[in-house]
Amino acid sequence: MAKDVLDLWGSLLLLLALFPIGEIAGAEEMRAAPLAAVLSRAVERALADLSHDDPEVQEAAINALTTSNGTDLLLKLEAIRANADRSLRVLIKPVIDLLKNKVKLAAHEADLRRSAAADLGGLGKPVAIPWLKEALEREQDRWVRYTMEESINLLTLSSGDPAAKAAAAAKLGELRSQNAIPSLKELAADSSGEQPAVVQAAREAIERIDVWGTWANAIETIFRGISLSSILLLMALGLAIVFGLMGVINMAHGELMMVGAYATFLTQEAFRAMLPPTVFDAYFLAALPCAFLAAALFGLVLEATVIRFLYGRPLETLLATWGVSLIFIQAARVWFGDLTSVVAPSWLSGGAQVMVGVQLPYNRLFIIGLAIICVISIYLLLFRSRVGLKVRAVMQNRNMSACLGIATRRVDAYTFAFGSGLAGLAGCALTLVGNVEPGLGQNYIVDSFMVVVTGGVGKLAGTIVASLGIGGLNKLLEPSFGAVYGKVFILLLVVLFLQRRPSGLFAIKGRHAES
Amino acid sequence: MPSPNNGQANPSGNGDRHENLIFWAIGFFLLMVVPFLNVLPSPDSWLHISDFALNRFGKFLAFAILALGIDLIWGYTGILSLGHGVFFGVGAYAIGMHLMLSIGTESVYGSALPDFMVWNQLKELPFFWKPFYSATFAVAAAILLPTLFAAIFGFLAFRSRIKGVYFAIITQALALSAWLVFNRNETNLGGTNGLTDFKTMLGFRLSDPGTQRTLYVVTVLCLGLAYLLCRWIIRSRAGKVLIAIRDSEPRVLFSGYSPANYKLFVFVVSAALAGLAGALYVPQVGIITPSQIGVLPSLEMVIWVAVGGRGTLIGAVIGAVGINWARSFLTNHFPDLWPFFLGGLFVAVVLLFPEGLIGVTRKLTTGSTFRWPRLSKKVPAS
Repeated sequence: MAKDVLDLWGSLLLLLALFPIGEIAGAEEMRAAPLAAVLSRAVERALADLSHDDPEVQEAAINALTTSNGTDLLLKLEAIRANADRSLRVLIKPVIDLLKNKVKLAAHEADLRRSAAADLGGLGKPVAIPWLKEALEREQDRWVRYTMEESINLLTLSSGDPAAKAAAAAKLGELRSQNAIPSLKELAADSSGEQPAVVQAAREAIERIDVWGTWANAIETIFRGISLSSILLLMALGLAIVFGLMGVINMAHGELMMVGAYATFLTQEAFRAMLPPTVFDAYFLAALPCAFLAAALFGLVLEATVIRFLYGRPLETLLATWGVSLIFIQAARVWFGDLTSVVAPSWLSGGAQVMVGVQLPYNRLFIIGLAIICVISIYLLLFRSRVGLKVRAVMQNRNMSACLGIATRRVDAYTFAFGSGLAGLAGCALTLVGNVEPGLGQNYIVDSFMVVVTGGVGKLAGTIVASLGIGGLNKLLEPSFGAVYGKVFILLLVVLFLQRRPSGLFAIKGRHAES
Repeated sequence: MPSPNNGQANPSGNGDRHENLIFWAIGFFLLMVVPFLNVLPSPDSWLHISDFALNRFGKFLAFAILALGIDLIWGYTGILSLGHGVFFGVGAYAIGMHLMLSIGTESVYGSALPDFMVWNQLKELPFFWKPFYSATFAVAAAILLPTLFAAIFGFLAFRSRIKGVYFAIITQALALSAWLVFNRNETNLGGTNGLTDFKTMLGFRLSDPGTQRTLYVVTVLCLGLAYLLCRWIIRSRAGKVLIAIRDSEPRVLFSGYSPANYKLFVFVVSAALAGLAGALYVPQVGIITPSQIGVLPSLEMVIWVAVGGRGTLIGAVIGAVGINWARSFLTNHFPDLWPFFLGGLFVAVVLLFPEGLIGVTRKLTTGSTFRWPRLSKKVPAS
């Protein structure tokens, strides 16, 4: 094996001698460099040693290669690799990876530094420990520091003497490093009894990490629950307002959400087609008002053509709007096909690390933020503005409001359009976490109606609490029950809940309650 | 079954003879004429009804039984249930399970277990499948299981006075949950593919036209009986209470009746009819899958009744047969158009023809002029 590789090296060097290396690498500074400088003797030797049978010699070769001036050698090695055959490529790959990550440790972006530190930990070459230590001293960012420490200890765990290993295990436990679990388990399972302190330390560390992991999981579950709740809330708010005001059950609400999602998709396409790529990421900000307006417009048309003939007859509206939703879905299927996807803007990819093992994705945070903003604006609109005063007046006593000069029909139409617009916003938000498809709204409509039913009609607080409850419960039950039985269980809970409070959490009191 | 006071039949007299005549005429046509048109004329004759057409028609009539049940609860009592697909499905699956077991070792894998269980690597028949070897049990289960199910669900719902849209939404969630559960593989009900590939029923080959003809005749008889049952209920004193509940529930309550009991009764009866319809559907169609019991099918069933004319039994039958006919025609010729048609029908029947086909014909025959709907000035009381 070693001999083959040496031969291989010989032919490679011959190749390098025949062709200027610049041809291969295309790197400007190398074109002028003479061959001798391209690969110094020592480097050549080390490269040859890479394939040595003795692991220690190999290790030494790697060390020798990587301690030399990084960037320069990296370029050269890349050049060789580009032209080498498979076995050689396999040999130099770890060296290249090490060097690359070493360079990246000094990168400007924190993300790059962090991923480099993580990679170095994963490569398992102890030679990287001093680099990491050095970088750690310079590092300011908390999470990059964390990953660097984690990697240092991971590497120590696999290479150091027993005392260092035990210390590293303890430190990893302190760091709550999920990545260390496999190596720690290996150490803990060591039954030879040679290093009792290490085994003990590993066991303790595993326990610590596991307890932390359970908490981290719980927090992520709660977070996912809240983000699902936010979408349900955006849906249910519109539904509840419309039902409370007009006695209309709008089964096409989910399809208005779909309209919002497709409006987002179209905005994205328009940005891609007409504007330079540099502003592409801004499309999502433009899509929010577009989705709202598109859905509101559809809502306005729906109100004028179908809904207004059916005020106060919820069962009839239920059937008619279901028909409308069928038409919408089929129309979307005919025009857009079955699956279109929206690319989340780059500023919403990734997530915020709040603690070890818990990363909150930006897109879900955005959805939660959107829901909060919507709730606040609805509150201000309904309870702190003249328009809201009119809406509430019509909700409470339509005839009296009409007598006092409120154009109740217009209030109805605009409220319906506003509720539809909210659904459009929900659809826009939904594109961040899922595909855009014609049946999009159907997945949420039953859940949102459950929210309305549980929360009570026309009560903002009820809708919020119910959507948090149902959304949260959904995600809470998912891991143990599975998504399907979780849903069935929630239905049972809602039915039982309605036994105690037939008109929802926050019922309107008095004679209104009885139809 | 909690039975309300079954007063004597109370024939209303007016138009009654007319209705009787129609009932017997249609009954005679379906029971005597149609099967003979299937057997007697040569296949080239225009009078001939093909085996396929007869089979399909039998399916429509099974749906009509279901529609009668929905008419009873929605058209007469004013309770909109969007979960009847579940009761239909339970009945259908009960018979389907029996038929699956009747396949025996004729299945693809030659195992005594149904094929899908072989895929799921089951070694033994799940315990709840075992009683379905008995045909009597299967038929009883097809009707009693939906009844039981409706009794429990209805008891919980009506006791706490869940009504109107609340009831509709809760039953819709029920349909969604049932659909989800039937779709799962681990419930051992065939998953998404459902139950299919039936071979025999009570020893007769299902592929034999004679068997299908018999099934058709049985369906017609069941439909006739279901119709008579519904008519009897409606004409009884209980029926009057049901209609009163539809028109003003608080008044019924204040008159000393218990609307919850009546509603439970009518819910249970209509669930039983749905189960019966499912039981008749499966051997004729040869397959039952979760897609036939979910949210959309349940809503469609309501629309059959609405299109035919809610509050009239004959309307329910006409609606069920008519829409399914239109469906099989349109999905064959213009598959993309069917959802548009169905959606349009939902809207049109609610907006333009609230009394359905029966209402339209009635208006035409009584000579009153047709009027387009005007903007309803009626708004919620508060």
